[in-house]
Amino acid sequence: MSSSPSTTPPAAPASTRAKPANKGEAAADYLDGRLGIYSLAKANLRKIFPDHWSFMLGEICLYTFVIIILTGVYLTLFFKPSMGEVVYNGSYAPLDGIRMSEAYASTLNISFEVRGGLLIRQIHHWAAIVFVAAMFVHMMRVFFTGAFRKPREINWVFGFLLLCLGFFDGFMGYSLPDDLLSGTGIRFMEGAVLAVPLVGTYIQMFLFGGEFPGTDIIPRFFTIHVLLIPGVMLGLLVAHLILVFYHKHTQWGGPGKTEKNVVGMPLMPVYMAKAGGFFFLVFGIIAMMSAVASVNPVWAYGPYRPDQVSTDAQPDWYMGFAEGLIRVMPGWEVRAWGHTLNLGVFIPLMLFPLVLVLIAAYPFIEGWIIGDKREHHILDRPRNVPVRTGLGAAWITLYVVLLIGGGNDLIATHFHLSLNDITYFVRVGSFVLPIAVFYITKRWCLGLQRRDKEKVLHGRETGVIKRLPHGEFIEVHAQLPQGALHTLTSHEQPQPLELPSEVDENGVARKVGLLTKTRAKLSEGYFGEGGQIPKPTVEEHQEITSGHGHH
Amino acid sequence: MSHDNISDDKLPEAHAASEGHGLPAVADDPFADPGLPAHEPRRTDIDERAAKRAERQVSLMFVTSMLATVGFIASYVAIKPDKLVYIFPLGHVSALNFALGMTLAVALFCIGAGAVHWARTLMSDVEMPAERHPIEADDEVRADVIQQFKTGAAESGFGRRKMIRNTMIGSMAMVPLAGVVLLRDLGPLPEKKLDHTGWIEATPAAPIRLVNMNTDEPMKAEDIAVGSLTFAKPGPSASRPNGLQDSDEDFQQAIAKDALMLIRIQPEDLKDEKSKNLGFEGVLAYSKICTHVGCPISLYEQQTHHALCPCHQSTFDLSDGARVIFGPAGHPLPQLKITTDTEGYLVATQDFTVPVGPSFWERSA
Repeated sequence: MSSSPSTTPPAAPASTRAKPANKGEAAADYLDGRLGIYSLAKANLRKIFPDHWSFMLGEICLYTFVIIILTGVYLTLFFKPSMGEVVYNGSYAPLDGIRMSEAYASTLNISFEVRGGLLIRQIHHWAAIVFVAAMFVHMMRVFFTGAFRKPREINWVFGFLLLCLGFFDGFMGYSLPDDLLSGTGIRFMEGAVLAVPLVGTYIQMFLFGGEFPGTDIIPRFFTIHVLLIPGVMLGLLVAHLILVFYHKHTQWGGPGKTEKNVVGMPLMPVYMAKAGGFFFLVFGIIAMMSAVASVNPVWAYGPYRPDQVSTDAQPDWYMGFAEGLIRVMPGWEVRAWGHTLNLGVFIPLMLFPLVLVLIAAYPFIEGWIIGDKREHHILDRPRNVPVRTGLGAAWITLYVVLLIGGGNDLIATHFHLSLNDITYFVRVGSFVLPIAVFYITKRWCLGLQRRDKEKVLHGRETGVIKRLPHGEFIEVHAQLPQGALHTLTSHEQPQPLELPSEVDENGVARKVGLLTKTRAKLSEGYFGEGGQIPKPTVEEHQEITSGHGHH
Repeated sequence: MSHDNISDDKLPEAHAASEGHGLPAVADDPFADPGLPAHEPRRTDIDERAAKRAERQVSLMFVTSMLATVGFIASYVAIKPDKLVYIFPLGHVSALNFALGMTLAVALFCIGAGAVHWARTLMSDVEMPAERHPIEADDEVRADVIQQFKTGAAESGFGRRKMIRNTMIGSMAMVPLAGVVLLRDLGPLPEKKLDHTGWIEATPAAPIRLVNMNTDEPMKAEDIAVGSLTFAKPGPSASRPNGLQDSDEDFQQAIAKDALMLIRIQPEDLKDEKSKNLGFEGVLAYSKICTHVGCPISLYEQQTHHALCPCHQSTFDLSDGARVIFGPAGHPLPQLKITTDTEGYLVATQDFTVPVGPSFWERSA
């Protein structure tokens, strides 16, 4: 019903909206008048999302983050972040009468007296382990499919920052119980901080409020762990998701899919049900893991004392590669002019962020080499970009080799190997293996490209054997359907950059900068003869299918 | 869909053309995009009985979830926290944790499974395209925004009134200093704190006894058997009449530097003369704190005299002045000079001559 023309002077425009049909619409109208929800919902309620199993990896990250927040809030209701000393007399008999910090005592209380406390603690820890693992795999998915290309480079950086913050928040989280294992981790951190030239001892004193261990580090870690880092992560996470919505999701190439559309099913109802349901699936599986598998049984380690340690002291898995760096590094120390430069610790401390930054910077490096300014929404099949795929595989190899170094004691005892040999292997392997894996992966990708080409040109094997009149046996190949042909041939194959000729048209020598030359070299490596197999052309296809040759 | 019984080699081309689902066949480009494939209905789309069955399955999962939540509450009330139960193949586990975890897992998982099953069987699975629009604005918008910005900047006079601009930048740059200064009281300055340990109180006139970490008793050289490893701490001194006790307020801080490893090696097996002289009749007192990043060293091989740090596997030869023979440590373990007092007990008469623990920038030794 439209409002009738008013006789009063024109004030603010009155609503011209029809009477709502029911209470639900009335409520929505109320909110729309104040929050503008209709415009928001118009773009998003039936927003199309493409379907692929690998797109749910990011969802696992989101859901485990939510689980961590929920369980973490519960834990703060019982945990006492204090290093004040108490004598334990709770229900865990083996530690009865032992001196310990309130942090450790309250963790025992959560584990043994609070009903369900152990379950929530284990869900919190398992979810954290899965969270970092899922971020990692999600990042690899984005990397290998080229989903980081324009316009998503900045969202890649947001994701990378979330991964790094996840590392540190995880480390601080498992440091809080102040048990023998986590205290050893903090001691390691102290040693690493001391190795920083010039300011190391100052940072150490300021961080710990005095000499190690002092009584400040647990309360300080607590604030950082529950407030500072999660707050930053929440902000980054929201920004990450807003950009996912804004950019619209990437999709795999195929019939009907272009750079200008996104093909899939609507948010409401399909993805509300699927993604909403997936949250419960993830939560359920982590609850089951926490019911059957113990994680970080702090009561078994005992309270922290700087003069005690247990063997098999290992960080959580995601810190494993940093542990590997620190374990396999030779103990180089430079002493001069009354100072000590502890390279044996400082170099690993610097390599740790460098290994991570290498992968974080990759989209910008690749973008610079290719010089492509267009938007990309169709994912690359990893085989179609062999150099990138090889580099990614090399990076994973480096990570895994260092992880082996970080667990050298466990590997030595489980497989009856010499610990020293494992260490020497990691020292050499962290240089040699990534290079080897790069070449193997690249050649593998090229092989797969050749296979795609062969399938396009000669069809697939039908399994039908035919005998020709002159006695020869051949296997009949069937042409692929047009959809498959399109999928296998629709990717772009960039050509390497060409340097301008050394002299211009007037014969004057042209100056080509070192940077440009490097870029051309790298571009040749990516897209030159050794970097990709030319995809089949229509002419090649027609020549073969028009009757010459049949396999 | 293509068929496998190809009877003629030339057949495929005709097939490829028929793939277009109503689109005009593109004869000259076999690689052309044939467009979205037609939707294939699922069984539940065409068979109402299958749809009903799916509906019952989804509801069954939601009902199971409800029952599991009831089970969760019942377990919370009924099971004592200290009850253990044998569950194959887990062994003896906390009954409460297992029951709560499994019921919660079922309650959550069934909601998720129900929702996903609902989406996959009963909600529409027709794929549809949505248009993408370029992220970057068109030239007109761009020009408009830049013009607006220029107008705003000109009206502020930011570029013209340089004094305002410079003083504003100066004030903004300086004000964070207040926050930096506030961090000063996070901790004391390092000064020489890392250079000394609690043993600094030991002098030839007032030696400090080495006290067994486990028994809290002073030790004589004959108490240390060849091949054994004994952990020791400082005994009574002027500032600690009862020796270092774990009830002392600063115990953790003190033991982090004062902890000792005592070993005894036959004097003829000692390879390092200086180390031998710091000991007493083959009894050597090394710092227990690893020189790599500060873990306590606790693994000792009596035949090889090697001590191994369990954290990062730095290995020290205790018969050779605790030289590093493997691993990431950068320098030997510091050794405390020991002797005996008039009653024959092992004592220290001076502090370590070098800082214990991991090295740091100001370490001059």
